[in-house]
Amino acid sequence: MKYAIGPVLWYWPTETLETFYQRAAESSADIIYLGEAVCSKRRATSFNQWMDIARMLALQGKQVVLSTLALLQSPSEVKELRRYVENGEFLLEANDMGTVNMAAERKLPFVAGPTLNVYNAQTLQLLLKEGMTRWCIPVEMSRDWLIQLLQQCDEAGVREQFEVEVLGYGHLPLALSARCFTARAENRGKDDCQTCCINYPTGRRVLSQEGQQVFVLNGIQTMSGYCYNLGNDLTGMHNWIDIVRLSPQGENTLAEVDRFRANEAGQAPLMMARGSDCNGYWRRLAGMALEGGG
Amino acid sequence: MELLCPAGNLPALKSAVEHGADAVYVGLKDDTNARHFAGLNFTDKKLAEAARYLHQHRRKLHVAINTFAHPDGMNRWQTAIDVAAQNGADALILADIATLEYAAKRYPQVERHLSVQASATNLQAIHFYHRHFQLSRVVLPRVLSMHQVKQLARETPVPLEVFAFGSLCIMAEGRCYLSSWLTGESPNSAGACSPAKFVRWQQTPKGMESRLNEVLIDRYAPDESAGYPTLCKGRYEVDNQLYHVLEEPTSLNTLSLLPELLRANIASVKIEGRQRSPAYVAQVAKVWRQAIDRCMASPEHYAVQEPWMQALGELSEGSQTTLGAYHRDWQ
Repeated sequence: MKYAIGPVLWYWPTETLETFYQRAAESSADIIYLGEAVCSKRRATSFNQWMDIARMLALQGKQVVLSTLALLQSPSEVKELRRYVENGEFLLEANDMGTVNMAAERKLPFVAGPTLNVYNAQTLQLLLKEGMTRWCIPVEMSRDWLIQLLQQCDEAGVREQFEVEVLGYGHLPLALSARCFTARAENRGKDDCQTCCINYPTGRRVLSQEGQQVFVLNGIQTMSGYCYNLGNDLTGMHNWIDIVRLSPQGENTLAEVDRFRANEAGQAPLMMARGSDCNGYWRRLAGMALEGGG
Repeated sequence: MELLCPAGNLPALKSAVEHGADAVYVGLKDDTNARHFAGLNFTDKKLAEAARYLHQHRRKLHVAINTFAHPDGMNRWQTAIDVAAQNGADALILADIATLEYAAKRYPQVERHLSVQASATNLQAIHFYHRHFQLSRVVLPRVLSMHQVKQLARETPVPLEVFAFGSLCIMAEGRCYLSSWLTGESPNSAGACSPAKFVRWQQTPKGMESRLNEVLIDRYAPDESAGYPTLCKGRYEVDNQLYHVLEEPTSLNTLSLLPELLRANIASVKIEGRQRSPAYVAQVAKVWRQAIDRCMASPEHYAVQEPWMQALGELSEGSQTTLGAYHRDWQ
């Protein structure tokens, strides 16, 4: 099993990112995704800076994938995206069908990201024809659904043509809007957001009136209130899941990779707590559910 | 410009037509559409009857088959397409590549409309779907500003349909898993958001509480009317501030944008609400018919009439309406 560090979904200053990726270069992760995947107004880190970080990681032996925006609304965003698509060095993660189109037109390989609506083998077969080499499943997909889907792929004779990746750690990206909820929490509109999400490196917590952490706000993105953790489900993933992705929650996520590795055969179970960790989606339950636990 | 109205049953469909709909969209009685609610939607027989009625009145029938096919149930989605196409649907509203592929191959003569659930928000995404499935229309997600709608309208090879009135989905449709986060069921996977079977209202000493799968969505003071616990319209706390963190209970109403939508060449304005009553559909259709007729007769003299706003306001969630993402200030 390989481990990937997903793109940083929060808005971190460039220096924070540089430090994080220096550490990531020394971590045991095999694959690193990077780039802005949430909001086009987050421009602190330029295309060239992302490319510099990517080259540094590649030199350290990491496979680097450039991740891209999940919500593309304006022509200027598509124009900026073209630079990433045509970067000429690194594999691309497409998080919108528009990006798939751009990659396919240029005959470039791509990773189908978790925000693409892929729920069956027919869809995967078309994406394969378009150039997909790896698929990261939607966050809400269960193990059972995935097994059936891959069985369909087996029957169609395409199962060996792509890698399967599962997002297995972190607050989950659940929804995207035109509205910026972080700005709204400060009584501002998006046009006047002052990219205030940079002040919340792990988002803003949303509690129910009973104190249950329901969501986390991350700009235009709404994330799960609990941290998804499939660290105790790894034993059941051998030989059919190729890559487990960990979504950065802070520098400690890099150490989490080691904890996952150590528990691949179930020899070092991870402690999980009700009300802050969850594994429901994988087990075909409500996403926020925690089964088993620690 | 087409007025496209919703119907959850035959009486609603007929009342839509009587009050001015050019076309009506419906769904079948299963999880192949994104309004999979108990007591709603059409059997094969009713669908055939709907098609006959609409065609007699020279109106069109659109059938929404806009959830994502489960790997163990592909035939359910294929059957839905067969039933719709063979019973007289003029257009299929599809989101899933598997269903688009099947429909394009089996029934090329039936129009394919890209559902809002496919989340095509940009020209490249439209190109992708059009290149593979020869679309006749794209339904735009409710995340674009009016400016962005116009930009897209100038360049798209496929006519556009926009949401004009009704419940406001504030997330990019087809990309929202909030419902399955709390309940295990989402529009993509089960055809419903915040499904009714997970809803519970309870009178408590602190007030009326609404819950979704036991999570407290809102608590109402005695003088407040309790709404349905759609999870993105709940009252939560951020840093001890209690408010509608994502959105207030409110409905989309774009009457004031009609001239701009017309100038932008928008092919169809869509009314949300297949789950609504025939009386609701009648009211909304009536107002929109008048507005579209006025606007098309003379866009430069068009003005939103107060009685229209009043009629629609009364039918809206929380009795409020908004321009939603079309207006930058909302964002």
